[in-house]
Amino acid sequence: MDNGTDALNSFVQSEYKYGFVTDVEVDAVAPGLNEDVIRLISRKKQEPEFLLEWRLKAYRHWLTMKEPTWPNVKYPPINYQDIVYYSAPKKSGEGPKNLSEVDPKILETYNKLGIPLHEQERLAGVAVDAVFDSVSVATTFRGKLSELGIIFCSFSEAVQHHPDLIKKYLGSVVPYTDNFFTALNSAVFSDGSFCYIPKGVRCPMELSTYFRINAANTGQFERTLIVAEDGSTVSYLEGCTAPMRDNNQLHAAVVELLALDNANIKYSTVQNWYPGDAEGKGGIFNFVTKRGLAKGINSKISWTQVETGSAITWKYPSVVLLGENSIGEFYSVALTNHYQQADTGTKMIHVGRNTRSTIVSKGISAGRGQNSYRGLVRVQKSAVGARNFSQCDSLLLGDKCGAHTFPYIEVRNPTARVEHEASTSRIGEDQIFYCNQRGLPTQDAVNMIVNGYCKEVFKQLPMEFAVEAQKLLGVSLEGSVG
Amino acid sequence: MTETLSNPVFRPIDPYVSAFERLFAAEQDRTPDWISKLRQNGFMHYQELGLPGPDHEEWRFTNISPLASRPTVPILVHTHPPLTMANLQPWLIPGLECNRLVFIDGHYSAQLSEIKSKAEGLKICSLARAMTIKTALVEPHLGRHAQATSQAFVALNTAFFQDGAFIWVPAGLALVEPVHLLFISTVPETGASIHPRNLILVQRDARLQVIETYAQLKEGENLTNTVTEIVAGPNARVEHCKYQCEGPQSYHLAAIQIHQEAHSETVSHSISLGGRLARNDIQSHFAGAGGNSLFNGLYLAGNDQLTDHHTVIDHAQPHCGSHEFYNGILHGRGRGVFNGKIFVRPGAQKTEAKQTNRNLVLSDEAVIDTKPQLEIFADDVKCTHGATVGQLDSEALFYLQSRGIGRDLARQMLMHAFAQEIIDRVGNEPLRDYLDARVQEQLAAIPLPVNS
Repeated sequence: MDNGTDALNSFVQSEYKYGFVTDVEVDAVAPGLNEDVIRLISRKKQEPEFLLEWRLKAYRHWLTMKEPTWPNVKYPPINYQDIVYYSAPKKSGEGPKNLSEVDPKILETYNKLGIPLHEQERLAGVAVDAVFDSVSVATTFRGKLSELGIIFCSFSEAVQHHPDLIKKYLGSVVPYTDNFFTALNSAVFSDGSFCYIPKGVRCPMELSTYFRINAANTGQFERTLIVAEDGSTVSYLEGCTAPMRDNNQLHAAVVELLALDNANIKYSTVQNWYPGDAEGKGGIFNFVTKRGLAKGINSKISWTQVETGSAITWKYPSVVLLGENSIGEFYSVALTNHYQQADTGTKMIHVGRNTRSTIVSKGISAGRGQNSYRGLVRVQKSAVGARNFSQCDSLLLGDKCGAHTFPYIEVRNPTARVEHEASTSRIGEDQIFYCNQRGLPTQDAVNMIVNGYCKEVFKQLPMEFAVEAQKLLGVSLEGSVG
Repeated sequence: MTETLSNPVFRPIDPYVSAFERLFAAEQDRTPDWISKLRQNGFMHYQELGLPGPDHEEWRFTNISPLASRPTVPILVHTHPPLTMANLQPWLIPGLECNRLVFIDGHYSAQLSEIKSKAEGLKICSLARAMTIKTALVEPHLGRHAQATSQAFVALNTAFFQDGAFIWVPAGLALVEPVHLLFISTVPETGASIHPRNLILVQRDARLQVIETYAQLKEGENLTNTVTEIVAGPNARVEHCKYQCEGPQSYHLAAIQIHQEAHSETVSHSISLGGRLARNDIQSHFAGAGGNSLFNGLYLAGNDQLTDHHTVIDHAQPHCGSHEFYNGILHGRGRGVFNGKIFVRPGAQKTEAKQTNRNLVLSDEAVIDTKPQLEIFADDVKCTHGATVGQLDSEALFYLQSRGIGRDLARQMLMHAFAQEIIDRVGNEPLRDYLDARVQEQLAAIPLPVNS
């Protein structure tokens, strides 16, 4: 018990010491964006000078850019001066007091997913005074990781404790000039995760934001940076499998992965932000830039994503295959129901010799959902012996939805072998009839068939996640069969 | 689908403006109102659209800046020296009994043309003639199908076209003899442009085969900007073959717009061998249920050539099927571009669409950009697309070599087989043999890689 109390105390102190809750009267700045706001954010977070400079450069660049209009999604214009760019993490008083104050619809979903009670509290943002287990869990894991030399902490902590690493790697994969939203994110990012795996270390457990208690409520502009040194291996999970109680409209996150020689990074996402209601009102705009740089020889970066939430999803986890023999993978399930829109896919840029990439994308459209796959496979002149296989399938449930594919293939080297396959179809009436005949209700039959269709991607997820993702898909598809 | 207007454009100082004013002034007295209006609209759209710049999504990989920086002057007056049949010999198809319309620099040559088919109601003549004597047939269709509002070069053609072919096949007539349209450019001066315009109307239950050949009498830098509108009536069948073998300095832009009524069947072959820059926009629109469409194309590009095919199949009606097969062989510093769009509109159930683009890349300098694209708004559909890029199969080469076939010949055989997949779909035998021979000649001329 003593140990436990220590752990709790150290946790509470660490929150206080490095955390966001330094100034009570200015928890949030007024809406709007200008250089003063950025200076304020930087000052509140006690950032070193170089980071402020970097933020300002990003901001100045952002001012010169235009919001992209090419994605195949429609949304009302965003007023960037209406957004609050900094607010400290919610404190005890702000969230619901207990589960009875949480929207019963969300609770119902949690129950369907079989999420334990105290996790439900965490996910719903219930102020947790002393959830003993979780705190100790978080800290014990941390101890174990630091023994191996692994740094896994929030971005703000990393800025304080490992400024050299941040200075060296921040923006090295996704420069702030990359696109409109990365520039915005670089200027105003609030927090995120930092993960550093030293040479030759195989991370003994799945790292997840979930274990890092202070990563909850990091707000709209997250920034994740993972660096895997020579010969290291890490598997990282992002997000959670239940809907987040989050009302923010715009999420513009940036994720950077860097794999050096023989390193292996596996990044799994299960995204289930609030998708808006059945009439298409509300919901999150999820505009994310994710990119991995497979810099070293024989390095490997693998993206797996299950996207079922958000009103609008706009993201293309990419891999730049720079190192010789490096490998990039992208496995994706994207579901759009009701009025959801998704424009998602990947980019595989082959630069090094004998680089290989695999793309498996499964899109599911239901209701009035619009689902687009947009992908780029580029084989540059230097990429001798490059190999790519892409498969993107779409499944349509209902006659009001749409499925679109925009694959770009650009080959500059004759030794490349690139294959792209795509198909679009719906669930056959005969398949449903077969299941009905054997006593399965239509909704279950649809769930079963959809899960079978997504199996190739789900098997890439860590086991517990795969199970939850399957259930999640079932929940998201509810009401799609008339 | 209407992205075009917002895309960035070049706005060069435009010699087309003065050319258009000249044309308009010259024609004013002798041209009916509806043609003047058509031209004016075309020119207005061209001015609105401007020439597409490299940031234009439809022209991302096809840079027309040389064309924009040195704009060409439309040949409005018929000045070419007389040609004889001997001049046309390389482009006549041996063993093919056909009707032939010959156009020199975009102007009809009655002397070289020959109409053999005699059937009641059948009309095969020059468009310029048809516009004056068959206005009732021409007016409802000319400029109604090709999209001058979104395609700058179609707009430009609409403003400047002088002549082309007009074919009307009356209901129920299955025309046995194909119609061969031969467009010869004499390259009278560098920087001249020719804007042929064809209108092909095939009525209910009728059948027609058309061949369009584009060639240059001598090598030279000029522009051919052609537009063909095809209407296939209910249950009609049209097989259209476009063969382009212009010289290595020419710019060739072509738009083929097919309008399909219910249960019609159309075939579009595009064999693109020549030109420095060759761009084909081939589009088919299903206006009635139960139609079928086959797009079949082969492109070869070497040296500094760029060959671009942009296809659109618009499934606006249910129960239609479309198949697309495009094969490309890129060598030297050749560039290939393919962009295939399939739209399935809301309500177009039971659509079956299949699209395949395969590319052989034979040299270090060759480049291919391919983008198969599906946009689907109906659920009961079967749509697939596939694209591949690769080299000759080393195992297949080894297999042939192990049977005593020399490496060079083995390579030729494999390349030929790859091209033949497309050529074999051409229904007319003499035409098929002719095209096959032309393609083989080109393949034989491809330099072998040093290391083989």
